[in-house]
Formats: sequence, structure tokens, C-alpha cells
Amino acid sequence: MSKPDKKLTRRDLLRSGARGACVVGLGGMIGVLADHSDGQQMVWQIDPAKCNNCGKCATNCVLEISAVKCIHQYAMCGYCDLCTGYFTAQPSGLNTAAENLLCPTGAIKRTFVEDPYYQYTIDEELCIGCGLCCKGCNAFGNGSLFLQVRHDRCLNCNECSIAAACPTQAFKRVPANKPYLMKLAEDAE
Amino acid sequence: MSRRLSAISARTALPILAILLTMLVVTESAWSQSRFPPPEFESGYTQPTTTRPHGRAGWADYTDLAVLAGALVLASAATLWLRRRWVIVLISVASLGYFGFYKQGCICPIGAIQNVAMAVFSTDGYVIPLTVAGFFLLPLIAALFFGRSFCAAVCPLGITQDLLALKPLRVPTWLDRALSLLPWVYLGAAVLFAVTGSAMIICRYDPFVAIFRLVPLGKIFEGFARNDPELNPAALSGRLDLLILTASFLLVGVFIARPYCRYFCPYGALLGLMSRFALKRVRITPTECIQCKLCENSCPVNAIRTPTPQAGPKERLAGKGSLAVMLAILPVLIVGGGVLGGMLGTTMARMHATVQLADRVRLENSGAVKGTTDASEAFRATGESAESLYAQAAQIESRFTSLTKPFGVGIGGAHLFGAFVGLVVGLKLVGLSIRRRRNDYEPDDASCISCGRCFATCPMEQARRNGTKVTLNQKSESCPT
Repeated sequence: MSKPDKKLTRRDLLRSGARGACVVGLGGMIGVLADHSDGQQMVWQIDPAKCNNCGKCATNCVLEISAVKCIHQYAMCGYCDLCTGYFTAQPSGLNTAAENLLCPTGAIKRTFVEDPYYQYTIDEELCIGCGLCCKGCNAFGNGSLFLQVRHDRCLNCNECSIAAACPTQAFKRVPANKPYLMKLAEDAE
Repeated sequence: MSRRLSAISARTALPILAILLTMLVVTESAWSQSRFPPPEFESGYTQPTTTRPHGRAGWADYTDLAVLAGALVLASAATLWLRRRWVIVLISVASLGYFGFYKQGCICPIGAIQNVAMAVFSTDGYVIPLTVAGFFLLPLIAALFFGRSFCAAVCPLGITQDLLALKPLRVPTWLDRALSLLPWVYLGAAVLFAVTGSAMIICRYDPFVAIFRLVPLGKIFEGFARNDPELNPAALSGRLDLLILTASFLLVGVFIARPYCRYFCPYGALLGLMSRFALKRVRITPTECIQCKLCENSCPVNAIRTPTPQAGPKERLAGKGSLAVMLAILPVLIVGGGVLGGMLGTTMARMHATVQLADRVRLENSGAVKGTTDASEAFRATGESAESLYAQAAQIESRFTSLTKPFGVGIGGAHLFGAFVGLVVGLKLVGLSIRRRRNDYEPDDASCISCGRCFATCPMEQARRNGTKVTLNQKSESCPT
């Protein structure tokens, strides 16, 4: 819907020039970004080497139930009878009575394997990511229980609100094709 | 079961407890140690593997990008060619559903500014995902060709506010112009904090994202897709300060249309810049302006510029004089801004968690404060020396205060931020001192968000749609002014 006379005014000329500059600028931006970009999406993950299982993951996630859960790397587990991830540090007896158990939601299942070994399995439906078991396992056991972001739940917020609250700066972005930071390297995908 | 448990415990618990007691004495040490060697099973037990569920598939991200591109094309077509307000509203509601309630607000082009800044300037080796780069670039390219159709019908934040702008009041022009500088300041600050690895303030203080997460549409869809009987609904983030921010923006937004878009959104500032030089932009009247002023009142964002009278020679001279003064002031503003910004450098560096922690540890060590924080406790547990922490913090602080020393004076990110703010203020003053003659009511190049309310009210547009011809005679009757 230009004016009837197609005369090029000074303003039109300036505008076209500026538009050209913007095209060049955006083109340059595309070039720079192409150089710095990767087809991989980046996702958040907890570096188990830094995590101190403080429990903030359970309360700072934008999800009502945190995307962070305890996971169990069985290859590291000692299958202890007295598991300090399962029982409190000073249980009054080695039985599943509530006063002896550490997990606030009963998310750890204890099953007998063979004398004297027990397998501990995390029920992720119940786990809230508080890290109590991980703390106990790390302090006195092998550290086979640790916290990880579960990517089937994580919204992948651009600024993770747990990362912002994390006292040890343990959250980092990892490529989506290697989304877990396992403690045993050979077990990593 | 419990009897068997206790029977076994009698044999095995004692040695284990003995080991545990020694462990209690030894300080808590690093992970992946084998205090208890993994057993060799005799019963043929096979170890379960740890599940590692993946997130969304890679193609899903590209789907988002395709939806964004499609929405931009549709929105541009609706604002420029179709010119129907209801179509714009329809597209915007669909976008709100997809990018807002389904995608729950992440990733959005506004937040992507920070990822782009990190990828371009950061020294941490951040690699930007292609989709995030695409989210940043596509709306800008669209704005350069078709104006801010992204703001009109694609951005979930903008649409939320647009739908709530029930009683828009007119913000006085002087206030509107002054406040419209804020998005540039916000942009500068967001880039500074992102590049220094301190924080992503755009995402942290996003006032509307909480609404999208309140309604867990995405989780419900995912639950159906996975056939998950127990849906885990996403919920509003419990931070009270953010909830207050959300509520105030919504409340203010009823009376001042799109407060975030106009006075805060850093991406809107960039889109406005592109839209200023757009190839094609929203026109109010399809044919000839009859100066009825209806459009001016319909615009919720003060973006319609009124006709200006022909300037006389005296006014022209005065205008040239003020332009010369403003151009002369520009370098002063830039340098002054840089100096002022530099003074704030140390304060701004405290946005970074490591600098905060170093300050805290220093205060605790000097006895100035009693007690510890979670972070300082965690730091002490690592056994690192305070000096190495101070060195790290100083290194981060230098990103703010002295990146380079060109003339023996340290210049860092904070100086650049200050100079940028000075430049923005200066350019605004230059822009204000340029008189532009207008004969008709026209949407502003930069601040028009293509919402389509103006042409929906334009009588000439109505006449075009009805196919009636408006003659000059009719014009003077309908608009006595």
C-alpha cells in the first residue's frame, strides 16, 4: 500500500539501509550461533561428586513432587544387612518397624537375596528426593544411593530453581544423550 | 520375615556395627569408595540395572520449533493480510495453550536471550542447543519482515496479559517514554548476569510462568501418552515473592495493558528494534485515513502516533539545535554510565553464588557473623581452603570489574553495562529530538505489538469489509472534527 508516486524518500532510504544492517546483523548472529551450537538439547543433572544430599531438591523443584529422585547403583552396593540408607544410624532393632527406618515415605524396599545380603530397591513413585537415604549411605556405606534428576519428570526449566538454591553448586547442564552422571563410569550410558 | 531378620542380624550385625563405629571416627570422605566390597553371590542372583529414563525425544524439540515457525507465519498473515482481530485472538489462544500450558513456559525466546549471550560471550564453554538458538532467532527474523506478530499472537506471556487487559488506561506519554527505557536496562543486566555465570534473571523473575505450571496440561498429556494411572501434577512454585510478583502484574495488567511487555520485556526491546525497520507492518486504515481518532482510543499500549502539524522554519531550527545538543551529550552519557556501572561492579558480582559464599565465609572466619549457612557448611565439609575460594570469587568479580585494562584502568562487564545504559538513554534523547511529520494516525514503528484492535475499530476498514464506498461527503458527516 505504497504511495501512488513511487518516489524514494530520504526516510525510505534510511529505513532500507537500516533493514539491510539488521539483516546483516541477524545473519552474523546466525553464523556465530551456528558455530557455538549443537544439535543436542542440554538438560540439568546433579554432579554426585559435589552433591551433599542437603535435601533442598525435595522442596525447591517447581514440580509438586520433585523431579529429583534417589537412584541405586547396584554395582556399588555392599548389600549390607544393616544398611544405613535404609535404617537410621542407631536402629533399636533390625526390623522394618517405623522407628528404625530412615525413608520418610517408605520408598525403599528391602528384599532378602542370600545370607547375609539384602537388596534395596527404590520405589520412585514414593521417593520425594529428600536425600536422607543417600546421606546415610554416603556417610557410612558405599555411597551407592545418590540423587539424580529423573528426565521423564524434569521440565528442564531454563533456570532450574533447585540449581539456584543448591548450596554446593552441584547442578550442571549435560547433553541430553548422556543425561545421567553415574558414580561408576562403566555403568554410564 | 522379621524373625529371620533378627536371626541373621545376630550373626552379622555385630561386625558391621564395629566397622560402622570406626567409620564414625574417620571423617566423611569422598564418594565411590568401597567400604564394603560388593558381594559375590552364590545363589545365582542377577543384579538389577538402574533405570535411566530419557527426557523428551530430540524430535519433540524440533516439533516445538516447527510450531513456533507455523504460529509466526499464521500470526503475520492474520495481522497483515487477513486483518481480523478474532483470528489473531484464536491463534493467540492456541499459542497460549501450546507454549504456555503444554510446554509450561520453557524454553521461550525471552529467556533464550541469556542462552545466546552465554554461547557468544561466556568463557565457560556453554554450547547452545540448536532449538534454543532457533527460538531466539525466528521471532526476530519474523519481526524484521512483518513486525511484532510474535508479541500479538505467539508469546504466552504477552497473550496472558493481552487477554487480561480489560480496562486499559492511557499512560501519560512522558511516563510511557521514560519507562520504555527499562527493557533495555533489563536486557543489559540479563546479558551481564548470564555471561558472568551469576544468574538467569529473566527466568528467575518471570512473573507469568507460575500460571502455566498451575495447570498441568503438559503432565496430563504425558500421563495419557505413558498410560500412567497416577498423574503427578505439576504445581505452582511455592516462592512467595514470585507469587506476589505474579499477582501484582496480573492486577496492574487489568488497567495498564501488557505492563511486562511494555516496561520490562527485554526481548520486546529487540523485537521493537527489528520492527522499526520492518518490511511490512500493521496499517490502521486499508485505504485513506479519515482522522476519526477511533483507533487512538482503541490502542491499549499507547502505540498510535497522532498527526503532527507542519513545522515552521523557527521550530525546525530549534529542533536541529536540540538534536545537536543531544548528539553532543551522547558520548558524555556513555562514559558517565560506564563509570557509574563500574562502581556497582562489586555489588553486582554478589549475584554469583561463589562470590556470595566467599563473602559469607570471610565474614564467618573474621567472626563478624555468628552461625553458618547451608552453603558455608557444605563448603567447609569439602575441606577446601578459604584462600582458594577467595581466589575463585576474585576471578569471578574481575569479570564484572576488570576484564581488560586498556589504559591501566580496569574495564569489566559492569562498566560495559553502565555504558550500554548510557547509550540507550542517549539514543532515546536523540530519537525524541527528531521531529517526524505525520499526516495520518499511524502505529508506532517499535511499540506497536500488532494486536489488531486499531483496524478492527477503523470505520474505513469496516466499510471495506462491507463493500460500501465511503465518499468525502459521508466522511465529514460521520466525523465532525
